[in-house]
Amino acid sequence: MRRQIPLVITFIVGSVLIISVFIPHKPFGRLGENFSVYFDIIAVFAFILGGGNLLRVHGNRIYRKHKDWPYSMVTVAGFLVMMIAGLFKIGGSPGITGDLTEPGSMFEELYMYVFTPLMATMFALLAFFVASASYRAFRAKNREATILLLAAFVILLGRTPFGVKLTSWLPGSLSFLEIPNLATWIMSVPNMAGQRAILIGIALGVIAMALRVILGVERTYLGADSD
Amino acid sequence: MDSVFSNTLAAILTIGIISFLYKDNPLYKFCESLFIGVSAGYWFVQQYYANLLPKLFDNLGITRLLGAENVADGALQNLFVRGQWDENLLYLIAGILGVMMLLRLVPQIGWMSRWPMAFIVGSIAGLYFITYFQSNAMRQMQNTILPLNSFNNLVLIVGTVTGIIYFYFSKEHKGAFGGAARVGIYFLMVTFGASFGYTVMSRMSLLIGRLDFLFGTWLGLVK
Repeated sequence: MRRQIPLVITFIVGSVLIISVFIPHKPFGRLGENFSVYFDIIAVFAFILGGGNLLRVHGNRIYRKHKDWPYSMVTVAGFLVMMIAGLFKIGGSPGITGDLTEPGSMFEELYMYVFTPLMATMFALLAFFVASASYRAFRAKNREATILLLAAFVILLGRTPFGVKLTSWLPGSLSFLEIPNLATWIMSVPNMAGQRAILIGIALGVIAMALRVILGVERTYLGADSD
Repeated sequence: MDSVFSNTLAAILTIGIISFLYKDNPLYKFCESLFIGVSAGYWFVQQYYANLLPKLFDNLGITRLLGAENVADGALQNLFVRGQWDENLLYLIAGILGVMMLLRLVPQIGWMSRWPMAFIVGSIAGLYFITYFQSNAMRQMQNTILPLNSFNNLVLIVGTVTGIIYFYFSKEHKGAFGGAARVGIYFLMVTFGASFGYTVMSRMSLLIGRLDFLFGTWLGLVK
């Protein structure tokens, strides 16, 4: 029963959502819409579960004075402050239906001056690691690597003022060789062809996997038998 | 918050993350831990207001019970006050499934969290089956069926077909088939190179944005 009922739920939900596209009438159309909303609601509880898990893991570290436990306190404090500021709309419009992102509210300020700088800098930091990775990747060891190098180089140059200047002296008849034009051509033709091949490949994989899940062939999401 | 204080706070956090370039240090660890906590809190609140409140609490009437005045009555008010059946009451099933999801934290009855998990997996399978079939598979194939009247169209068709051939692993890549797969690899390399170039550019613009904030907004050195 512990495994059969979830398999039945998966089969019914997956099938109804597919059928509702082909038969958008009662009861399937309505069920399909409802199931999408149910999905959103359950997904919120997954976030609650994630928050609970974060508190449990870091709470344990603090309680056991694990190595680097003061940083766990920072994580827990950050989580609780952001959550309380948002849920209780501190400094913003009172009431459950008030505007969450009202200028001057604590949630909005935390978002602007704590969350955004941390996130943007964290991703900006990747620029340095990408630079180091490109040093290793951008060696024309073979034909494939050379093509990758050339494509990346043209795209990089084509989006900078330097790239524009570099080939701006070319006569009008050879304007297609100007780096920005080359970059645009690469993006819209050979890159598009590769993207399409990848997208079609992914779609076929997803369709096959979805069928396996709906028909109960794929059961790994249920965990081990002993659970 | 005072703008000098808030900008200084943002600047310290920015420098804290950048300091990792020197080496792993306590300021970076502090900022990293804060980022984890704050982002978890941010997404939690976003999910609450974007989904839980309008889709569950409003439909059931819990928002009204909590004292909100500018919200219509929900299913609970219709059932208990007016004695009318309201099909929004079915959203209670989603709420119950959601609560069952939390039972994962209780090892003895953790198996019950499989039901909502099965619902989520089934929903994703059903939705993705259709959306990927329509937008990725069919739409992309449709857009590739082009007249062979230009060089670009020819490149698009050859690139897409040979790229798909490369992903076909049920036949050994030898002979003409292997040759086509090799051409497919070249197209895929162009795609990866272009994606790489774009990623570098986006990260660089983020970095420029942060440096502009530090030297412009915060220190006022760049006008």
